[in-house]
Amino acid sequence: MLDGNEDLTVGEMLRRHGISRRGFIKFCTAAASAMALPPAMGPVMAAQLIDARRPSVVYLSFQECTGCLESLTRSFAPTIENLIFNIISLDYDDTLMAAAGEAAEAARDQAMRANFGKYVLIVDGSVPTGAGGAYCTAGGKSAVDTLREAAKGAAAIVCVGTCAAFGGIPFADPNPTGAWPVSDIVGDKPIINISGCPPIPEVITGTLLQFVTTGKVPDLDEHLRPKVFFGNTIHDRCYRRPFYDEGKFAKSFDDEGARNGWCLYELGCKGPTTYNACATLKWNGGTSFPIESGHGCLGCSEPGFWDKGSFYSALSAAAWGKAGETSPSKELEMAGAAVVVGAALGAVSAGVARLRQHRQEHQGDSDEPKGG
Amino acid sequence: MDLLSLARGPLLKVAIVVFCVGVVWRIVGFALLRIRRDHSEPRASLLKSVGDGLMAVGTRSWPHPEFIGRTGAGEALGYSYHLGLFALVLLFTPHILFLRSLFGVSWPGLPSSVVTVISVLTLTLFLAVLFRRVTNRVMRLLSNFDDYFSWFITMLVIVTGLAATAHVGGRYETLLGMHILSFDVLLVWFPFGKLMHAFYIFPSRAINGSLLARKGAVS
Repeated sequence: MLDGNEDLTVGEMLRRHGISRRGFIKFCTAAASAMALPPAMGPVMAAQLIDARRPSVVYLSFQECTGCLESLTRSFAPTIENLIFNIISLDYDDTLMAAAGEAAEAARDQAMRANFGKYVLIVDGSVPTGAGGAYCTAGGKSAVDTLREAAKGAAAIVCVGTCAAFGGIPFADPNPTGAWPVSDIVGDKPIINISGCPPIPEVITGTLLQFVTTGKVPDLDEHLRPKVFFGNTIHDRCYRRPFYDEGKFAKSFDDEGARNGWCLYELGCKGPTTYNACATLKWNGGTSFPIESGHGCLGCSEPGFWDKGSFYSALSAAAWGKAGETSPSKELEMAGAAVVVGAALGAVSAGVARLRQHRQEHQGDSDEPKGG
Repeated sequence: MDLLSLARGPLLKVAIVVFCVGVVWRIVGFALLRIRRDHSEPRASLLKSVGDGLMAVGTRSWPHPEFIGRTGAGEALGYSYHLGLFALVLLFTPHILFLRSLFGVSWPGLPSSVVTVISVLTLTLFLAVLFRRVTNRVMRLLSNFDDYFSWFITMLVIVTGLAATAHVGGRYETLLGMHILSFDVLLVWFPFGKLMHAFYIFPSRAINGSLLARKGAVS
């Protein structure tokens, strides 16, 4: 929020909060490590940040559940998260800020005017375009109009969560609100997608820190996600991977295999096709991640994860329907119809062949020389 | 829709429908064909003809002692890669899960590392089979597009499956998508090419054996 400290450098802010330079370098080294950068990058990042002005950040929430923001605010190390909030100047976030109504809108407009072309725009949630954008409005403006307006002066757009990045659950079939991801609406700004439902808090802060430090968009994959966090599948980094290689699979959530911590592939784990850092950074201070807690990965950081069949059917199984549809009854009916059609075609083919055979034989008889 | 979702969703459905239509079409068409009437006096009773026909399924599935020196290697090669294929299709856990999603039954699989070794061996045998086909003059003259495409599409399914398992040559979901896509193509091709021998081989041996028995020949 606008707090009168917008012109302070990060170093000055840290001194005000009693954080030593040594402590800050430690933090930067940890952040560099989380981003798989060389250890020497820690002091470099600290040196660049310490004299930098805190970048203005505008956080817009659209069609979402606030889980992404919950994730960000419930990070495991409050000191680090406090640091992140002190490194950036969070000038607008309608969920976190004290102001409300017109005062909040005015704060956002002021921050956007004052930092035109320089602020980081964070978007949380998909953007509904159905019914003229009426499904999500704030202050009399539709989400799609607010996004277009805010995107004009943004240095970059960071899409937090699968809804903003890929449309997420609102985008899932039948998509009643005409929801779209940010990248389908804004095409002329650098976009960084931090997908996940919700995303890992350290991935959000790490990406922001990297952008603030270098002023550049990090290396992104084809889905515009930072490669440093989304470069490997969960399966590749999963501690249960050796069991997959050994062919040891849990068959149900309470069998011996599950108790022994065997691979959850048969129970529908989407780890092999899901790119995220859950298996390495984990959640809640590195305590655990879904697979470690005994449930397969849902693939929530991948586009269209809600429409990719049941969460509990194995990846190699045929995808008969959407999540929750496990019975291929329609397909069995279709196969039955195929058999009937095949049998009919076979009968017709055989009939034609028999007719041809009969004609040939008949012709052969009539061609025989008549004895006399 | 991404490649994997396309390959294991709508394209797989289309492929299974084409497979079912094609296989039933060809089997019914084959079964209802009229066998040309044989006016000669039968040399064996009907019971013996049928029995000898069933015997022929076994005897023709094994090299004849007289020719084992000439045909043994080829038959060993054929048997080996077929056994490899059966192991890959039926004993790899992801395949068992696929079959379970179709038929509702499952069975224990082999460790992935063992399946990988079998895949590499089967692949090597496949290359040996092709080498034999192109270097043997008689086989080369007998071969046509059907033989080479049937070999190619089966090989492609193995190669893409191996690449997906080993995570070599691309992202896992792309490789898995290509693997399932190549399997979809194989399903569509199956009823209309020589892969159909999987259904024809034993009935045709039995019928040939039975007809020969009727003529008094030993098969």
